[in-house]
Amino acid sequence: MNKKQKKMLMRIIITFIIMIALYFLKKFLDESIKEPFWFILYMIPYFIIGHDILKKAFKGIINRQVFDECFLMAVATVGAIALALLTKSGDYTEAVAVMLFYQVGEFFQTYAVRKSRKNISELMDIRPDYANVIRDGIPVRVDPSEVSKGEIIEVNPGEKVPIDGKVVEGKTTLDTAALTGESVPRTVNPGDDIISGCVSLSGVVRIETTKDFGESTISKILELVENSSSKKSKSENFISKFSRVYTPAVCYGALALALIPPIVLLVLGQSPVWTKWIYRALTFLVISCPCALVISIPLTFFAGIGGASHEGILVKGSNYLEAMAAVKYLVFDKTGTLTKGVFEVTGIHQAVMDDDELLKIAAHTECKSSHPIAKSIISAYGKDIDDKNVSDIEELGGYGITSSYSGMNVAVGNSKLMDKCGVAYDPCPECRGEGTTAHISLDGKYAGHIVISDRIKDGIENLSSMLKKAGVRKTVMLTGDSEEVARAVADRLHIDEVHAGLLPGDKVDLVEKLLSEKNEGDKLAFVGDGINDAPVLRRADIGIAMGSLGSDAAIEAADVVIMDDDPRKVARAIEISRKCLRIVYENIYFALGIKGICLLLGAVGIANMWMAIFADVGVMVIAVLNAIRALKGVKK
Amino acid sequence: MKKTYEIEVDCANCANKMEEAAKNTKGVANAVVNFMALKMIVDFEEGADEKAVMKEVLKNCKKVEDDCEIYL
Repeated sequence: MNKKQKKMLMRIIITFIIMIALYFLKKFLDESIKEPFWFILYMIPYFIIGHDILKKAFKGIINRQVFDECFLMAVATVGAIALALLTKSGDYTEAVAVMLFYQVGEFFQTYAVRKSRKNISELMDIRPDYANVIRDGIPVRVDPSEVSKGEIIEVNPGEKVPIDGKVVEGKTTLDTAALTGESVPRTVNPGDDIISGCVSLSGVVRIETTKDFGESTISKILELVENSSSKKSKSENFISKFSRVYTPAVCYGALALALIPPIVLLVLGQSPVWTKWIYRALTFLVISCPCALVISIPLTFFAGIGGASHEGILVKGSNYLEAMAAVKYLVFDKTGTLTKGVFEVTGIHQAVMDDDELLKIAAHTECKSSHPIAKSIISAYGKDIDDKNVSDIEELGGYGITSSYSGMNVAVGNSKLMDKCGVAYDPCPECRGEGTTAHISLDGKYAGHIVISDRIKDGIENLSSMLKKAGVRKTVMLTGDSEEVARAVADRLHIDEVHAGLLPGDKVDLVEKLLSEKNEGDKLAFVGDGINDAPVLRRADIGIAMGSLGSDAAIEAADVVIMDDDPRKVARAIEISRKCLRIVYENIYFALGIKGICLLLGAVGIANMWMAIFADVGVMVIAVLNAIRALKGVKK
Repeated sequence: MKKTYEIEVDCANCANKMEEAAKNTKGVANAVVNFMALKMIVDFEEGADEKAVMKEVLKNCKKVEDDCEIYL
């Protein structure tokens, strides 16, 4: 609570005490005490609680900003006091109470908003406060922005990595939960890249910075998160437009309620009972405050975005969160999105010797090559390469590599190489469509082959069913890869539609085609790794990028960023957005419904001013509490 | 040219009014008030003097909601 709020709380308490005191005073004092005694006494709490509202209402009129809630409250309470004076009823309690409860409501609202603002920013509090930079051999604690590129920083256990860099000394495990929502710690060793925002858990590491603080992952993410929810959703825009029309409409409605029935009665020759209708009109004004709606909707979106970013899903604006809920078509890029984008040895078939022995020969033959396939074979072998045993290495572009290993003539390469060397081989039934094949021959005899493929990401076999459950109607996969490989991946993941052999331009055309085929209200999302998919990410209704931690292009081009590259998070994001939207609609219908009923009851005279203010404050409290639910996300 | 300013305002409706007032200020191409983050993002028109414009923006905002603040 800040100073302003404390002062407000004091005002509320004092007014409350005075009102109780006055209640008893009125009961016990002699009836003979005449006005304006009571009037003056009641004006004390009225001004204590309402002076700022009256001032604001007055200023509003001067600045020609008439129709706001202060104006509504001022007119309603002043009107009620005037009525009490006119009818000599001496009932001023109502006016003071209306002001009091209005202030209680406002107080609660400010409190709730501040509280959730704090909660949400704590949730996203990943900003590193300092960096331990090594200067003249000693760690010095400085602001991260003062560290320049290429300096060495030290990160102790429990500290946040402040700047992107490369580990030069020491090893540790990293908690990346704040960035990715991933709870399994990641181990880093010297030579590994390290991104800012992670928390070092076990050891001290020294890092050579590769970026400035402003360019580091953490700064980019913070900027993105802070600027999100600035893009307003349709529901939010609807509400601000709505309140602009609503308040004046209610005011004129109240005026009509105060004037028309008495005039009609007068024309009909009956008593106009002005006071009764004016009272009803004032009640009408009290009910009409649009606060519940105006506050709860941005709050819901803010909470939803906060909850999502806690799980490693960054949404760049309320409008995207809103659109996510209506995603019916999901288009995936294959490499790097559904698959790891890293080539791995996935099988060794028809080997004439021990698999490891074959791998050893192949790895030694490939040891000088920088081809991705060579690299994957070498990493699958995993042991040290003893290049004394290899000689006469010859790389034949588009075919493979030949060498002499321990006195044997080795050839490792594709089928063309085998044909060229005159080695007979059988088509392998096991590895159709699996990936790329590297055949091996020893001294002109076939010795087996190694299958290298881009692995499907772990644990995403049921991706399609998760997405279908989240309301997606059709899943499509686009890839530049060959038809066979694409089919194999799509079948494993139960993707509905596959387009293979595409160039980046073809992807845009295909997405355009899908966009034109879908229904008006349905949304199409494209999920890609963001670097070469930027045009498609922009063209789709929602572009979802695999953050690939540190890829600026991905973060910039997309509307939603999945920090840990897990495509299952897309389903989560849809679930969160749907929950958020459900809450928004609940609040709209609930608030408007209750207000509508109360306005009706007020107009016919069933609801008095007390009920009106309770309805107003109550609806707001419930709407705010409901909005905060969006922070919690959905049960896993 | 876009710039972000920290603001102080109490209610969401007032924030909407500030946004409206800022938008209607001369030299401002567009303005967005983010009530939850307490930020105002102002997109200036080309060649506008931001400092002078922001003074006007603050004046106009005070007009519609005297209980607000923009930290320039």
